[in-house]
Amino acid sequence: MDFNDTPEQAEFRKTCRKWLEDNAKLKSGNQVEDFANIDFLQAGKDWQKKKYDAGWAMLHWPKEYGGIAASAIERIIWSEEESKFSVPRGIFEIGLGMCGPVMMEYASEEQKSRYLPPMAEGSEIWCQLFSEPSAGSDVAGLRSKAVQDGDKWIINGQKVWTSGAHFSDYGILVVRHDPNLDKHKGMTFFFVDMKSPGIEVKPIKQITGGSSFNEVYFTDVVIPDSQRLGEIGDGWKVAITTLMNERLAVGDANGADAEEAFKWAKNQDDSGEPLINNKSARASIADWYCEANGLKNTKLRTMSALSKGETPGPEASITKIVSANKLQDIGNFGIDSLDMAGMLKPDDSEVQSFHNAWLGAPGLRIAGGTDEILKNVIAERVLGLPQDPRADKNIAFKDIPSGNS
Amino acid sequence: MNLDFSDDQKFLQAEAKKFLEKENSVNRSRNILDTDKNVDKELWSKIVELGWTGIRIPEEYGGLGLGHLELCVIAEELGRYLAPVPFSSSVYLFTEAIIKYADEEIKKEILPKLISGEVVGTLAVTEDFHAPSKENIITEVSSDLVNGKKIGVPDAQVSTHSILVTKSENGINLRLIDHAHQSVTIEHQQNIDESRGHFSIECNDTPSKLIGGETNGWELYESIINQAAVLFSFEQIGGSQASLDMSINYAKERYAFGRPIGSFQAIKHKLADMYVALTLAKSNSYYAAWALSTESSDLPTASATARVSATKAFQLCSKENIQTHGGNGYTWEYDCHLFYKRSKLLSVNIGSLSNWKEKLVSSLEQSNIN
Repeated sequence: MDFNDTPEQAEFRKTCRKWLEDNAKLKSGNQVEDFANIDFLQAGKDWQKKKYDAGWAMLHWPKEYGGIAASAIERIIWSEEESKFSVPRGIFEIGLGMCGPVMMEYASEEQKSRYLPPMAEGSEIWCQLFSEPSAGSDVAGLRSKAVQDGDKWIINGQKVWTSGAHFSDYGILVVRHDPNLDKHKGMTFFFVDMKSPGIEVKPIKQITGGSSFNEVYFTDVVIPDSQRLGEIGDGWKVAITTLMNERLAVGDANGADAEEAFKWAKNQDDSGEPLINNKSARASIADWYCEANGLKNTKLRTMSALSKGETPGPEASITKIVSANKLQDIGNFGIDSLDMAGMLKPDDSEVQSFHNAWLGAPGLRIAGGTDEILKNVIAERVLGLPQDPRADKNIAFKDIPSGNS
Repeated sequence: MNLDFSDDQKFLQAEAKKFLEKENSVNRSRNILDTDKNVDKELWSKIVELGWTGIRIPEEYGGLGLGHLELCVIAEELGRYLAPVPFSSSVYLFTEAIIKYADEEIKKEILPKLISGEVVGTLAVTEDFHAPSKENIITEVSSDLVNGKKIGVPDAQVSTHSILVTKSENGINLRLIDHAHQSVTIEHQQNIDESRGHFSIECNDTPSKLIGGETNGWELYESIINQAAVLFSFEQIGGSQASLDMSINYAKERYAFGRPIGSFQAIKHKLADMYVALTLAKSNSYYAAWALSTESSDLPTASATARVSATKAFQLCSKENIQTHGGNGYTWEYDCHLFYKRSKLLSVNIGSLSNWKEKLVSSLEQSNIN
């Protein structure tokens, strides 16, 4: 056991570090990312472009699409180093983390050459159009319609929870082309120009008051058949590829953690004594410290496997469940520590971080698979338990009970 | 980056697993309960023959001279198979204390016999029904003679020696005593997991030898416990994994309402929670194993983190394993209760969960000051 890089990895880390030092500033304090802020968007695009020109944007991609064909461990090393710098990351996560891999696997050579480099460069932003008002956890229950008309398709329906749709140039889309087929067989996958006539994007106001995701309405939107990804009826198979990547993209919850709760408790007054002397606070901090380090060390185990060229085990599947719940509890702890003044929102960055945690965590526990769905995934895929008997199998989609009369 | 065991260590673990599986270790643990014994002597002598008691003992005393990582992988298997042997008492606590703090004369006398099994040892600290501390130890030592009574000492009757935490006029001492001496009275005490017995040790002018310093016995004791916590964590993750595996198998085979109970989300989510707790505990134990094997200054924090996570994991997995098995899980016939009871033994043996949480936060405060 050791935490050292191999000589090659150390060399690679040095190269990353050198470039980052020449092009960015080391982090100081917490930086809050805000999708509504257009300057931040521009800053994100500028940073992405800079990285692209130097080959860092999508370093694991082949050279022809702007990458440097880096290995999995090199990608992690880059990401570790980049995260130490104050740079606007995050805007491109969905596009690069989910849309990119799908395009890579299913698009034509010509399309890949056209779309992947601008995606990597950040000049074109992508979003993912899967969930619908009646298809959340059960995303295969989606109803948006695609009707074929010669060499094009006409799309009608509504998508929801689409992060970044309001500033995206393209989107990946799964829709139902035949409601007479079985649920999972009647779907087809496309990519779509978000500027197409008939697409309307309406921001959703979240419980935080902010809007990072949207409703997207499709009214007679035309998509050429050449923008179909996979065969007609393969929509679910293609979507699953994306969802698997989403579970990697939506991982560790950013925000107040055990360390922040500990530091806060040392300085916060609790009925005339430091809060850290409170037994119940100490026990909670111990629990969060164990969870935070459990996740950190789990990540190190995954990296160890990658570093040896092995396939990591399923252990990283616990990340989002643990981190989102911990975030919620820590936010709650921080606010409660103010006692009767806890309802107030003072101009204090630490208190704000607890508010952000408390209001942000409920969203994180749902985004990218709810706690419940993720536990099903662990139970079925990791532990090998049988699937639920289904009421929606082997019948035409249109005959599945929906509760909507 | 390599937070994993080496191929050699994994091989050792696989061999340990094979051995304990073949020896039917879980059944041996169950069978002990029907006797008035608290150890499986046959299994213990086979373990001694395999050389496991000498893993960490330096070669100059006849041991294998291997590191703590080898001990960790064996601990995980002993935990998985509930081995009814005094390994944790004699190896993680007693042997480690001798290696670390005894003088050369004692090492020469004791270490070879620990390897051969002639000496089996344990560590005795508790005196009453509450947590021990530097302040409340009353067993006294004066002119090397010990007087007082320890209770709840694991494996004392099968041990030939113990190290006692005692009080002298200079402070807290660690004292080595020989159970063969006529002044020592050892009595069985009823306990929760009789596959590993607990005993009182009463000393009446019992001759003893000092282990470590005259004044810093409590600090040495804490340091032994901090090390042992890592090894206990590995036993606990082994037991957690076994409990989870039993639950998975049962949930696949047991049908209710026309379907395997494992297809119900109430069961799935329960088992997923067990997997989450176990994964956190395992990752923290790996890190603590690294800290232990490299004598990292992070060891007190790392071992407390592993200990808290592993205690929580084994408690959760063993209790929910009974629940998953329904009424069957509550019967003597099924193995669920063996793991439930062992989880309690391992969770209190070197101090309770709440006390380890306290140790963890204290060590965070400490490392923050430094």
